[in-house]
Parts: sequence; C-alpha cells; structure tokens
Amino acid sequence: MNREFVQPPLRGVAKWIDERLPILTWAYNELVVYPAPKNLNYWWNFGSLAGIMLTIQIVTGIVLVMHYTPHASMAFDSVEGYIMRDVNWGWLLRYLHANGASMFFAVVYIHIFRGLYYGSYKAPRELLWMIGVVIVIVMMATAFMGYVLPWGNMSYWAATVITNLFSAIPLVGETIVTWLWGGFTVANPTLQRFFSLHYLLPFVIFALVFLHILALHQVGSNNPLGIDLTKKDKIPFHPYYTIKDMFGLGVFLLVYGFFVFFAPNAFIEPVNFEPANPLQTPAHIVPEWYFLPFYAILRAINFDILWIIPAKLGGVIAMFASIFVLFLLPWLDTSPVRSARFRPIYRQFFWILVLDVLVLGYCGAHPPEGWYLTVAQIATAYYFLHFLVILPILGKVERPLPLPKSLDEPVLAGGAAPSSR
Amino acid sequence: MVRTVLTRIALALAVAGLPAAVLAAEAEEPPARSWPHEGIFGRYDRAALQRGFLVFKEVCSGCHSARYLRFRDLEGIGLDPDTIKALAAEYTVQDCCDDAGEPFERPALPSDRFPPPYPNEQAARASNNGALPPDLSLIVKARAGHEDYIHALLTGYEEPPAGEQPPREGMYWNRYFPGHWIAMPPPLSEGLVEYPDGTPATVEQMASDVTQFLTWLSEPTMEERKRTGIKYMLFVLVLTGLFYAYKRKLWADIH
Repeated sequence: MNREFVQPPLRGVAKWIDERLPILTWAYNELVVYPAPKNLNYWWNFGSLAGIMLTIQIVTGIVLVMHYTPHASMAFDSVEGYIMRDVNWGWLLRYLHANGASMFFAVVYIHIFRGLYYGSYKAPRELLWMIGVVIVIVMMATAFMGYVLPWGNMSYWAATVITNLFSAIPLVGETIVTWLWGGFTVANPTLQRFFSLHYLLPFVIFALVFLHILALHQVGSNNPLGIDLTKKDKIPFHPYYTIKDMFGLGVFLLVYGFFVFFAPNAFIEPVNFEPANPLQTPAHIVPEWYFLPFYAILRAINFDILWIIPAKLGGVIAMFASIFVLFLLPWLDTSPVRSARFRPIYRQFFWILVLDVLVLGYCGAHPPEGWYLTVAQIATAYYFLHFLVILPILGKVERPLPLPKSLDEPVLAGGAAPSSR
Repeated sequence: MVRTVLTRIALALAVAGLPAAVLAAEAEEPPARSWPHEGIFGRYDRAALQRGFLVFKEVCSGCHSARYLRFRDLEGIGLDPDTIKALAAEYTVQDCCDDAGEPFERPALPSDRFPPPYPNEQAARASNNGALPPDLSLIVKARAGHEDYIHALLTGYEEPPAGEQPPREGMYWNRYFPGHWIAMPPPLSEGLVEYPDGTPATVEQMASDVTQFLTWLSEPTMEERKRTGIKYMLFVLVLTGLFYAYKRKLWADIH
C-alpha cells in the first residue's frame, strides 16, 4: 500500500528537466500524491467526470468544426445534410457532442448539489465555490451559442428570445441587442459571432477549471463528514481515486452511450430539424432541459414590480439573480457546520430545494399560463426564500448533531455547540 | 419594421407568456404503432423500404423535394449499384457547363441529388394552392410523434365534422394534422402504385411502407449506430466490471 505523499527522487533527463521547469514535481504533487480524504463517497466522482466531459466536448467539437460551415445559408445543410450523412462517423461525433452537452450539465448539476449538501462552499472553500459558479455561467453561454449553430428553427428562435432579454435593460437595451446581433435581427452575423465565441469559451472554461483545481488543492477536498481531516485520514489520489474515478467513468459512459446510440434525439426538439425560418415562429419556444428552471423563473415574473420595474426586466433580473445568489451562498449560510449529515433541519430544506428546482424545470417546459404559471411563481419565490431567508436564519437556530473529531474517533459525548468547528 | 415585429412576437411568446398554442391546438395524438426499426435491435425492413421508395418516387416526389437524398444513398435501402444507375438515368438534371460555357442537360448520375419537383418556393406555392410542401429529408424527425404521426397523417383524412368550414377553399380535414385543415389532398388511394413484389397496394400498406422509407431517409445511419452501440455497451460493461474489481482490490485495506 502506498501511503507516501513524498515524491521519490528524480534521475537523469527527468531530473534535468525538473530542475529547470518543475512540471514533473508539480504533476506528481497535484495529480499523483494529492492527499484526498479516504471517506469520499461516489458523489465525489462528478468533479472528475465534469473535467472528462469538458475534454470530450472540446475534442468532438474541434473535429466537428472541420466539417461544419458557419454561414446562415449553409450551416443547417452542413450539419444535417453533410455531417450526419456523408462524413465518416459524422453522426457519432455530432451525437456525442449534442448529447455530451446534456451529460455535461447533468454531471455539473449533480456536482453542484453535492456541494450544497455537504457544505463544500463554506470556509475555506469560498473562492473554489465562486470559481465554480463562474464556470457554470460560462458553460451556459457556451451551450446556448452551441445550440444556435445547427441553425434549425428552434436554434433561430432561441437565439432571438434569449438575446432579446438584453432589450429589457433600461435606455440602452435595444442598442445592446442590435450590437449583439450585428444587425437588426438574428441573422448571419449573429451566427458567425456565436460560432467564434462557441469555439473560444470552452478554452476559457478550461482555464477556469485549472483555477478551480488550484483552489481545491490549496485547501484540500471537503468530505462527507464536512470536518477538517488530518493527514492520517487522507490517502494519495493515485491509485485510490484514479481507479475509483475510472469505475465511475465506466458507469457514466454506459448512460452517455445509451443516449448517443439508442436515443440520440431524446433531447432535441422536432422543430430543430427544420431550417431556421424568421417567418415561422414555433408554437412553443423551449430551451434545452438544462435551462428550464431558469426559463421558468424568467417567465414567472409576469407583473410589474412596485410599478417601477417592468415585468420583462423583472423576469430577467430574477433569472440572473437565481444564479448570482450562489456567489453569496458562503455568507448566506451562517451555519459553521458543513455537512448536512449533522444538520437535521437543513437536510430537509436541501431536499425541498431539489424538489423546487425540479418543479421549476417542469414548469419551464410548459407554457406560462394557468396553474403552470402559479406553481412557477410559488417555486420561484421559494427558491429565493431558501437562499435569502431560510439559510441565514437556519444557521442561527438549528442545533447540529455532535461532530466527530476525526474519521476513526467516536463522537464525543454531549455533542458540539453550534459555534465549534 | 420586421425587426420590431419579430421582437414583439418572440417576447410575447416567451416572456409575457401569451398562449401561443394556435398551431398546437386541437392536435390529436397519433396512435402508437410498432415498427420493425424500433428498439435497440430494431432494423429497417428492406422490402418495406423499397416499396416505400416506390410510393415516394411515384406519389410524394410529385410535390415534395428530398434534397438530402442522393441516388447512391439508395444502396441503404438495398438497391444494387446497377439498379441505382439505371434509376438515376430516368431523371434529367441540368449541369454547368459544357466546353462552350453553356449549361446543358444530362441524365442524372448516382452521385446526383434526387431532383426537386419545383425550381423554387414560389413555383411550389403557385402549384399547391399557396401552400409549401415541406422537404421530406428530415420529416420524420421534424414532427412530434415522428413515424407514428406521419403514418397517422397519411391515413387520417376524414369528412369534416358537420358545420366545420375550411379556412380556405381546397383544404382537407385530417384527424391528426394540428388544426385539422391541411392543404395536402389525400395522397394515397387503393392501388395507386403497383408493387413489383405483388404486395396489395392498400392505403394502409402504402402509408406504412412510405413512412418506413421516410424514417430511413431521416436517419439513414441508424443501423450502423445501433450496431456500434451494442459493441460499445458490451465493451464498456466489461471494462467497468474490471475497473470495479480492481477498485475493490486496491481499496480492500483502506476501510
């Protein structure tokens, strides 16, 4: 068993290189012997899965670009008429990439909720968490622009609707939208700039992931108990977590593969198999599933707020706020106890939040009328209530269960006061 | 201004949340049918595809284009290269250009696309009472309900309910078309084509065959995809099992 965290001495060429460029020592320390808590459960697999998904998206995307034509009059044909039919394995590349976006979001959403459950955003991991929130935001922008590239009719109208959100900004909104479009409507200039940015942003995400891991390795991984662990409760990342991640990857690839090979169009709206048509609005404009909760929040605000903020602006503000509130989470949650295992009341609110987001997603898939709208409004209100009211109060009033001192020491009798960490 | 109009429409639909269900209204769910190409092991029925192509060629293609279909692609429905060559030669396409720089007409080659019935949208509308027959290359994927819907639409023509008037002269009532009134006349009638394999050309048979052909046309790589998928799943399953066994072995002394 290798429990050593120290690098064996380098020799020969490796030593020569490392003395000049310490990349080998760095890689050894960060990727091989990084001390990881030995009690991580399978929910901790999703971080590395997200990194692997990013890599798959970049690789498949780069090869797709070799066959794709970013022009309003040719994009649809280059995808549906050429990549899907004539390019060798083009259908595989395309289905890997299109379903990969869904898989990437599924993995990242689980990763986020894992962080919420085990309090991974709390000190000293606030910046680690905030970098993560930036990653999600850039991912959303990337996914949205990628969805536009096949230039189907839903691509076109999704682009129209989402870019129009910026027209809600007072005074300069319309000007900004014209600037985003590169014209007076979504058209070829829009497609071409989206293509350019869709190619750029994944590399921005890559850099952010690097920072995310840098911040992680600075403070070490959280763990299911949420307590600070000493070296004796840690094991080197390799081979223990490399093999565990490989096993998790295998299971994930089965799910991913099922969609790619047996249900590749499950996430694609039929309307997007028709070319973009500015004169034919789809009956229901719906985004991809991973945007539905936010879409529901956007449309839940159908009333002017305080006679000052028009409904449209209110919806846009609410939608952006629903993500930006996550930046404040490390300070909104006032409990010093990280893991929900020791927070009996928070644990219940956590699951209510999960349910709330699922309900929002369900409402987002339906037209905002009747009880869909009412439910979406209640769920939106609850979403903000959770972060802005429940969490700050709960940390003060909840009595956490006694925390263990370390992994193999029994819980001390009498329990911990809420202030001891 | 177009832009203003588009903006308003989009926002009305998306943000203000006005009911946009004009088209989706009154659409009846197509009955679910079972198809030979369904499921993980589903394969296209070659005989049905070839009969379906005959219906497409003799009926549908009179008004509908299929711009992603090249003659050579028909190897996918089981036609051999010589048959395809002869079939292509029945059609004339315009080529550019001869040695004098003049466009000229020549018989189609297997590498040519299936010629569209109309040169442009205006011509198509002019010949179809103002309606535009959609391209059929992706039609099965482009409609909710997919092949069930296409089959239901082809067989769903009925007398309109008493008192209902067509919104425009020359429209037909169809149980499964969203809004019910459709510009396409009932395309199929008993014995419309003569199947070389002797299958009776009932409306039901032709609808089923041509729907299967159109499904193939929408997803010609399906069989390769499923074959690859089965190999992939078996490989990853074994690999995952090995990873799991190795993980257990490595972790045995940790807990």
